[in-house]
Amino acid sequence: MNNVWSIMKKELGTYFTSPIAYVVILAFQFLFGFFFYNLVWWFNAQAMQMAQNPYYYQQANINQMVYSPLFHNMSVILILVVPLLTMRVLAEEKKMGTEELLFTSPLSVSQIILGKYLAALAVLAVMLGLTAVLSVFAFAYGNPELAPWLVGYLGLFLMGATFIAIGLFFSSMTDNQIVAAVLTFSALLLLLVLSWVTASGSGGWRSVLGYLSFSQHFEDMTRGILDTKDIAYYLSFSFFGLFLAHSVVQSRRWR
Amino acid sequence: MIEVQDLTKKYGELTAVQDLSFRVEKGKIWGLLGPNAAGKTTTMRILTGYLPATDGRASVAGFDVFEQPNEVKRAIGYLPEVVPLYPEMTVAGYLGFVAEIKQVPAVKRKAALARVLKSAALEDVKGRLIKNISRGYKQRVGIAQAMIHDPQVLILDEPTIGLDPAQIKEIRELIKGLRGEHTIMLSTHILAEVTQVCDGVVIINEGRLKASGSLEELTASFRQNEGVVIKVRRGGEEAAAAARQIPGVGQVDADGNEVRVEWSPGRDLRERVAALAVEKGLGLLEMRPLAMSIEDLYLKVVSGGLEQ
Repeated sequence: MNNVWSIMKKELGTYFTSPIAYVVILAFQFLFGFFFYNLVWWFNAQAMQMAQNPYYYQQANINQMVYSPLFHNMSVILILVVPLLTMRVLAEEKKMGTEELLFTSPLSVSQIILGKYLAALAVLAVMLGLTAVLSVFAFAYGNPELAPWLVGYLGLFLMGATFIAIGLFFSSMTDNQIVAAVLTFSALLLLLVLSWVTASGSGGWRSVLGYLSFSQHFEDMTRGILDTKDIAYYLSFSFFGLFLAHSVVQSRRWR
Repeated sequence: MIEVQDLTKKYGELTAVQDLSFRVEKGKIWGLLGPNAAGKTTTMRILTGYLPATDGRASVAGFDVFEQPNEVKRAIGYLPEVVPLYPEMTVAGYLGFVAEIKQVPAVKRKAALARVLKSAALEDVKGRLIKNISRGYKQRVGIAQAMIHDPQVLILDEPTIGLDPAQIKEIRELIKGLRGEHTIMLSTHILAEVTQVCDGVVIINEGRLKASGSLEELTASFRQNEGVVIKVRRGGEEAAAAARQIPGVGQVDADGNEVRVEWSPGRDLRERVAALAVEKGLGLLEMRPLAMSIEDLYLKVVSGGLEQ
């Protein structure tokens, strides 16, 4: 565990000594703020109209009308920012020859990959955690429900964690950061829109592809519904991504 | 301390190392020589556990490289050909990180850092970012990271490459200072480095062993004739002609005023050759034994002209 911790610490240092983490986090905050402001503004306008009819007014729900679409929007933004966080992680080690230092130290490939994964998760947690500050206003001046809000954030975190694992896999395949980022971005986008195949029918291969899609599992969580099936999906997808990264790194040395 | 037996490494169809065997004694500095693509880096990478071998055995510090990789990695300090540095880290931060992953106990890390900063003369730049220090310093940081866990064995892949003469001298002195406590294997293209630093060499070409042993053993075993080279002020050809008349003299070659006189082993005709030059009044300026230089040895061995 000490080895994982050492790698994680070093990775975190690398994130925060280069401008990448700051730029990514800042851009994410800005976009979150933009969407949040617009949705709250729209929600206010809707609530004003609904106030004229007591039945509709009771239906006005900030979780449904602000947070649910907000989490959806942010999941798409994650597709854009996660490749920027992961592209360097293994590709750069290969390019700079520093993997020779890591692999000739008494560390296992799993420890190296896990340390790097946890560091990227920490950056993701900081990025999402900072956005929660804005919700202080929503809780102070409105009445959102805490549990669905938390489930939405959990969904966003789990989705981000899965994206990072996939990003690590593509970073392990090349020594070119741009190639790693483009491959990660394409794969994530494809996995997000995979559920579109279910629009033209269901059953058979469509159901399988629909199940594999990120969006289907995220949908319920944005509405505050916590299902172990969805959590298991994200965890197993993350594990699969890390396993692939591990296999690529390991097999390259045996070639 | 380092033992390699019938080591073979193939990259697909390409054989990088074939049936390589050699041995390096404890506390010695051994040079690994060979032309480009001879298999030096591959051999070093196998010894350090970075690459698996296709066949054969290797052990370092008594541990089997393939069966006990972690024990071997703890016993080895390795400077790869491309120094593995993180440009955005400070020198001290980087060495501290290497100490952690080399599993130097937390209580000993500070002392280990101070030790390598001192021995690699890095104290002045310890707080600077690696990307901002000179190439010579980067190379020293590379050597310092290899020594941070005080390994029994150091494997250095071209430790003086790309340095200026003053830096080369410093690094050589540093390496020489490690003799005795550490067993060192270094690869180099600079043959003078071998005579200055190494106790012995392993010469490989096209992945195969061409010669190995201490420098004395090798030059003795490859030397076919004994003799002297004399330098006279005038009459080089005359001196050569006279030398040919001395009973027992074999080949004689004159190159301007330098004359190379050889005879078969077991004889000693040095006195006769010197007397001849004096008698003829040729102005004897210099006389040196005909020794096989490491350059001669290397070139002959690599070209296949000599077999050990």
